[in-house]
Amino acid sequence: MKFQVDGRTVFASTGTGRHRADKPAAVFIHGAGMDHSVWVMPARYFARTGLNVLAADLPGHGRSAGPAMDSVRELADWVVRAMDAAGLETAAVAGHSMGALIAFAVASLHPGRCRALALLGVSAPMPVTGALLNAAEENDHAAIDMANTWSHSPAARLGANENPGMWMMGTGQRLLETAGPGVFHADLSACNGFDPDEFDGPVSCPSLLILGDADQMTPARAGLRVQQRLDRARTVQLPGCGHSMLSEQPNAVLDALISIFV
Amino acid sequence: MSKHKSPRTTGFDTLALHAGQAPDPVTRARATPIYQSASFVFPDSDFAAGLFNIERAGHVYSRLSNPTNAVLEERIAALDGGVGAIATASGQAAMHLAVATICSAGDHIVASRSLYGGTHNLLEYTLPRFGIETTFVDPRDADAYAAAVRPETKLLFGEILGNPGLEVLNVPLISAVAHNARVPLLVDATFATPYLCRPIALGADLVLHSATKFLSGHGVVIGGLLVDGGTFDWARGDFPTINETYSGFHNLVFGEEFGPQAFITRARKEGIRDFGACMAPMTAFQVLQGLETLPIRMARHVANTERVVEFLAAHPLVESVSHPSLPEHPDHELSKEILPRGSGAVFGFTVRGGRPAGRTLIESLRIFSHLANVGDAKSLVIHPASTTHHRMDAQALAAAGIGEGLIRLSIGLEDPDDLIDDLRGALRRVEKTVRP
Ligand SMILES: Cc1ncc(COP(=O)(O)O)c(C=O)c1O
Repeated sequence: MKFQVDGRTVFASTGTGRHRADKPAAVFIHGAGMDHSVWVMPARYFARTGLNVLAADLPGHGRSAGPAMDSVRELADWVVRAMDAAGLETAAVAGHSMGALIAFAVASLHPGRCRALALLGVSAPMPVTGALLNAAEENDHAAIDMANTWSHSPAARLGANENPGMWMMGTGQRLLETAGPGVFHADLSACNGFDPDEFDGPVSCPSLLILGDADQMTPARAGLRVQQRLDRARTVQLPGCGHSMLSEQPNAVLDALISIFV
Repeated sequence: MSKHKSPRTTGFDTLALHAGQAPDPVTRARATPIYQSASFVFPDSDFAAGLFNIERAGHVYSRLSNPTNAVLEERIAALDGGVGAIATASGQAAMHLAVATICSAGDHIVASRSLYGGTHNLLEYTLPRFGIETTFVDPRDADAYAAAVRPETKLLFGEILGNPGLEVLNVPLISAVAHNARVPLLVDATFATPYLCRPIALGADLVLHSATKFLSGHGVVIGGLLVDGGTFDWARGDFPTINETYSGFHNLVFGEEFGPQAFITRARKEGIRDFGACMAPMTAFQVLQGLETLPIRMARHVANTERVVEFLAAHPLVESVSHPSLPEHPDHELSKEILPRGSGAVFGFTVRGGRPAGRTLIESLRIFSHLANVGDAKSLVIHPASTTHHRMDAQALAAAGIGEGLIRLSIGLEDPDDLIDDLRGALRRVEKTVRP
């Protein structure tokens, strides 16, 4: 669906479901340089099983108007305004990578809006190497190559996707290539500039960390430290899974999400 | 040169062996198992519902997807640099799937006029019965492509190497024409395989292969592959099958839900589901066997071809040879850009003495097999005017560059000296019996 936030057009997938006032909601926040389509399988699952799903393209991504924002705090406030515009009072909030930082910030800054939290491929802080930031700043394709390679486990770089006939490396590359100039750099800057101490509000809703054993971008051991910031957190570690967990292990990710959202 | 350094990615030859497959987790089989099963057991009802509604990844029924086919699909998508692929019953089925996924009655295609005869039949005679019209243009003429575009045009199409003149498709140029018209470019890359050309990297949006040919490589199966580059921005154009709700799938809008995988998802969820031209898993296994050696086979196909081309070009009984490796071929320079590793192993030559000379030559060959196919490990020969292109009238034949004496060869992996001896002997017989 399309709607307006701050006078700008926003696109969000509802998982092909219709929103109804009497249903609980689930919000999905994509990672750096991505768009809502990474959530297609969970979005469709939760829509079918009775949730109001909102998987928005963040500003400047996918089909949402820009400009992109380069701070997690700004993005978290934007997500809450998007929830307002879509008529969602509270929601279970899931985020992947940069989206996980945004989801965490939503839960910390706006505890009343977040009934459950799922953080996928997360670490806090989330430092980004200079080589990647610099290449992204110049909109150089090397930034896409670095992010796409490091986002897949060594095994996933050879494929063997659960989703028949889909080549993960190609899809990841295309998604990153679709982002307009400056967008990926803004996202990476938001990740790099994220300071967990700025978000010290208690997070007391039920929370779940979904971490990949073979994640090179946000290593699982860094992710585990995020658990200390969450009052009621569980962790699911996916064996052999890299950072692109939504395409590498979509079924295991959905199982984990079901365990916290339902 | 960029000052930023990309990490090394997996090389082509490694992908040809490994992409899409890990050793079987249950049996530890190293080779890709042939999953000769029509259906796959659902773990529970909710998972079953999830598979049907595209919430879960997995297999339901082998018309829709199959684990052996999925390895092949991923592998060709990896080799072609796409986002996904579908294995089909034949190359023809891949072409039909591509067209049917994009076009409906009233729509229009602009295609090269130098096509495989079967593709020409489909576009010229059969699809019009379903309301889909094609305009044929000279593949060397980008302006002709542009001029033929109409408001209802949905697709531009060409073969990477035209049939039989081996016109090299200027993919960067023709894809620019396509994108300017807000339509995708589909390229039939059968004669090149991704070893010789990866059209998506040059600007094509969709690629199809007859896997019957070099990909399987041994003349043992019929199969096709359709690859989605994930590059085309469907939202910019008028593509109801991608951009509008599909009541055949609970009002799903493929372009909205699936991002770069929109086309290939629609093709699977509609075209393979409804038309049903799927590949058999045994066939997928055979194509995978072929792909494992694709790089070394193609290199040898090309090397042998260049030897044979050189021999024929110098032979007094040969009127002309058409292969882009020859400086006199009109696309010689372009081929260096589009096909830097060689222009394939299929080409035509014209023997002096017309039809009788052609017949004598073909019947005198001992190593070359006279049959309708290309891309076998064994060398093949055919006379297009009386076989593959027999439905074309004289004018259409001339327009497609097919003369009466044209002979088409597909060079295999034999010792090239034996191939040259075979041709030399057959030409000697032409000289003795036909006296051109
Ligand atoms: C260039 C080309 N495209 C498509 C096809 C059709 O493929 P198939 O025979 O596998 O249906 C062929 C077959 O000869 C071909 O040569």
